Amino acid sequence: MDFTTPPYLLKNASVQRVMLQVLLALLPGIAAYVWLIGPIIFVQLAIASLAALAAEALMLKLRDKPLGLFLGDGSALVTAWLIALTFPPMAPWWLLVVGVLFAIVVAKHLYGGLGQNPFNPAMVAFAVCIVSFPALMSQWPALGLGLSFNQQLDIVAGLAPRVDALTGATPLDAIKTALKLGEGSIDVPSLLANQNIFGNFAGRGWEWVAAGYLLGGLWLWKRGIVGWQAPAGFIAGLVLIAGALWLWNPAQFANPLFHLFSGGAMLGAFFIVTDPVSGCTTPKGKFIFGLAAGLLAYLIRVFGGYPDGVAFAVLLLNICVPLIDMYTQPPIFGMKGEK
Amino acid sequence: MLQLFKFRGGVKPQTNKTPSLGEPIAVAPLPTRLIVPLHQSIGGTPDPLIAPGDRVLKGQRIGGADGWISSAVHAPTSGTVLAVEEHVAAHPSGLPTLSVIIEPDGRDEWIARTPVDYRSLAPESVREMLRDAGVVGLGGAVFPSHAKLTASKTVPMEELVINGAECEPFITCDDLLMRERADEVVRGIGIFRDLLRPQRVLIGIEDNKPEAVAAMKTAVQALGENFEVIAVPTRYPAGGAKQLIRVLTGKEVPAAKRSTDLGVQCFNVATAYTAWRAIAHGEPVISRIVTLTGNVERPRNWEVLIGTPLAEFVALGQPKPDTNGYLMGGPMMGFEMPSDAPLVKATNCIIAGSPTLFPPKAPEMPCIRCGECAKACPHELQPFELYWFARAKNFGKTQEYHIFDCIECGCCSYVCPSRIPLVQYFRFAKSEIWAREREKKAADTAKTRFEFRNFREEREKAEKAERLAKAAAAKAAEKKAEAKPAAEAAAGALADAPAAQAAAPTDAEAAKKAAIAAAMERARQQREAAQPKNTEALTPVQQRDIAEVDARRRQAGIETPGEPSGTADANAPAAPAAGSEEARP
Ligand code: SF4
Ligand code: SF4
Repeated sequence: MDFTTPPYLLKNASVQRVMLQVLLALLPGIAAYVWLIGPIIFVQLAIASLAALAAEALMLKLRDKPLGLFLGDGSALVTAWLIALTFPPMAPWWLLVVGVLFAIVVAKHLYGGLGQNPFNPAMVAFAVCIVSFPALMSQWPALGLGLSFNQQLDIVAGLAPRVDALTGATPLDAIKTALKLGEGSIDVPSLLANQNIFGNFAGRGWEWVAAGYLLGGLWLWKRGIVGWQAPAGFIAGLVLIAGALWLWNPAQFANPLFHLFSGGAMLGAFFIVTDPVSGCTTPKGKFIFGLAAGLLAYLIRVFGGYPDGVAFAVLLLNICVPLIDMYTQPPIFGMKGEK
Repeated sequence: MLQLFKFRGGVKPQTNKTPSLGEPIAVAPLPTRLIVPLHQSIGGTPDPLIAPGDRVLKGQRIGGADGWISSAVHAPTSGTVLAVEEHVAAHPSGLPTLSVIIEPDGRDEWIARTPVDYRSLAPESVREMLRDAGVVGLGGAVFPSHAKLTASKTVPMEELVINGAECEPFITCDDLLMRERADEVVRGIGIFRDLLRPQRVLIGIEDNKPEAVAAMKTAVQALGENFEVIAVPTRYPAGGAKQLIRVLTGKEVPAAKRSTDLGVQCFNVATAYTAWRAIAHGEPVISRIVTLTGNVERPRNWEVLIGTPLAEFVALGQPKPDTNGYLMGGPMMGFEMPSDAPLVKATNCIIAGSPTLFPPKAPEMPCIRCGECAKACPHELQPFELYWFARAKNFGKTQEYHIFDCIECGCCSYVCPSRIPLVQYFRFAKSEIWAREREKKAADTAKTRFEFRNFREEREKAEKAERLAKAAAAKAAEKKAEAKPAAEAAAGALADAPAAQAAAPTDAEAAKKAAIAAAMERARQQREAAQPKNTEALTPVQQRDIAEVDARRRQAGIETPGEPSGTADANAPAAPAAGSEEARP
């Protein structure tokens, strides 16, 4: 027989299947994104995917790994999509390519490839680009401008000048700037009342993108692809600190709901802190990882100099993973209650 | 209704049991020859009691137990002993083991069978009878049953768990046994109960066997027993002894303990059946029920004589043309059986394989730390951590992460999306740890020898020095004596010389003793300096584990370094043991 070791029966599972389901779970969020910004996001997803596959193929070749097996595993596509979804929708194409190359070549393959990277590649890409190209990474399109797909395409391709159309800020930024300019004379509730920017409960339009991620994330949890611990921890961390500060001074701090549905929070909760490779592996560890990432993300986005804090929070936590795992090893069968 | 407990992890592979359930148990025809291995249980290898050319009767003892953890072996039918020789065993390695080859005479003539009423016997004699009847755990682990039938002196026996779960896919032999011969199974359980005197008897059967549950309930009632027949949720490995004990009693038996330490003991239903046949009918274990299924035209259960060659047995099921091998046991823990090996007491199932039934495995990918394996592990280990450490040959760490608690159930490999043969890595790590332990022992022995040689050389040197000193002293005395005036010499020399001679040996004796003491002290210091930091020291519990794992590994066919094939115990196809007979689900 062609098999040598038990078990001879295997579940129908593969890395490819796991990655495919993660991609599927991103679809609701992407749909909302298209509704909000337009089909340009498809272009960005395609650019990122192509760049990722090319980089992956090159690195596999250099490292002398079987191309077909690893190119097909889908892990590069997940990274690519997460990058496209976290970058500004009208970022120039080369910015995306730079991000993807950094993620695949440096963050993934230089660390040993699939399964070996201590840092989340997509978050590495985001962090590197926001530090290197802070202006480009902060140009979010103002909503309701009604740019045509062709105009958007020209901007992405660098054929049209990067104009006023891109000076819109994310809702998170808007609050931060307004508070800074107002120097205490402005309070958050009245800001949030401006539906034009802040929509119904978080950021206009963006709240629905976040809701799409939430939906996809819950589906992943239902399918058993991600555990509840990391997302629950992340949401708990974010809500805890946002809620505490909001209760203490509602005039200066936005409510937890706003934070939960703004920026990369939902994407982070279900698709970033749940990354198995760079995250914790023990159930308790996953929760701690999520919780700490949620707290840190809030601190960075509210008190730090960057528009959002998820990426930096996750990268910082990635460093702590071995330690957290070591101290959260669960007791084994028959040894509970013993040391 | 009894409260059931849950064990964590486990998987739900397709059970594939239906095909072999269609027909009742049939008695397999007499094969043309029988190859009966002498070593068919955990423990010692029985001594052959016959010689080539002897005529044997059905049920005649041909191998006598050579110790307490050992079990007798019998002639499955009447005939002539052709040879007592090494023959390929039902063992993945295909290593030969000492076997008795019998040519049946076709008369199937029994020895005089003497049924006894075990209640009139001392428990001691009942246990001896079981040993001499070759009753061993038929769940697959073949641990001698009599050795499990003494209650702990310190811990009260609370539950006797009877394992009829049969959780491995494809296997149905226990199911049909319970359906067709429940009465005798229950009577057999009665023997165990009377020997162990537990407070409760719990019979666990997976809930995908409602007929077996019903049959057992009826039998228990008809015999007026108070055993509880419990349907347990179907989930592999619910039939692992530790998992079933957990489900029925809530107790978790760690690797470091025996179940009796927690007041539980566990037996397989087929074992109970053979115990009853042995005591009440005087029939030793010469046959068992074997499921023949998989890629065959006629899957069903057969009552087969132990020693039937695999080829003759599988012919009964008419294997399909694309059959490319045979598994012994289930697809989760079984192994590919050498085609010329005989069926043994551990053989509960033979599955004919084909490329469609067991497709070639997909290539192995790197671990993505998804944790699926940890979720599936019934012993709540972190298989991927064990895998990283085993791969890195960091065996100390594998022990820290409890590698010896792994029962090799295969759940982790089953779910792994990266298709990593995790169990294989764990076996490798276990065998390495075990081999190192042996090497260390060998090194210790060598060191002791070396130290003794050093000591001896030192002693010899000291003695030589003493002799020289003595000679010198004697010479000096002589010279002194010579130097004395001749007048004095006449009287003085006579008095002096003996004195000098007497003094010299005394001094020499003391010096020699001191030298020996010094040499011993030096040796001690050297030894202390050479003592390795005790990183590899194992506790007695771990050593016991290692011994047991060794047995299992031999079953698994992993050749142990340091134990060349052909030595007395290397060729013994010991079945797995994890301290109890039903270690295998
Ligand atoms: S199931 Fe496989 S890939 Fe997932 S953590 Fe375990 S060993 Fe790694
Ligand atoms: S084979 Fe060992 S590690 Fe894997 S699931 Fe079974 S007990 Fe756990």
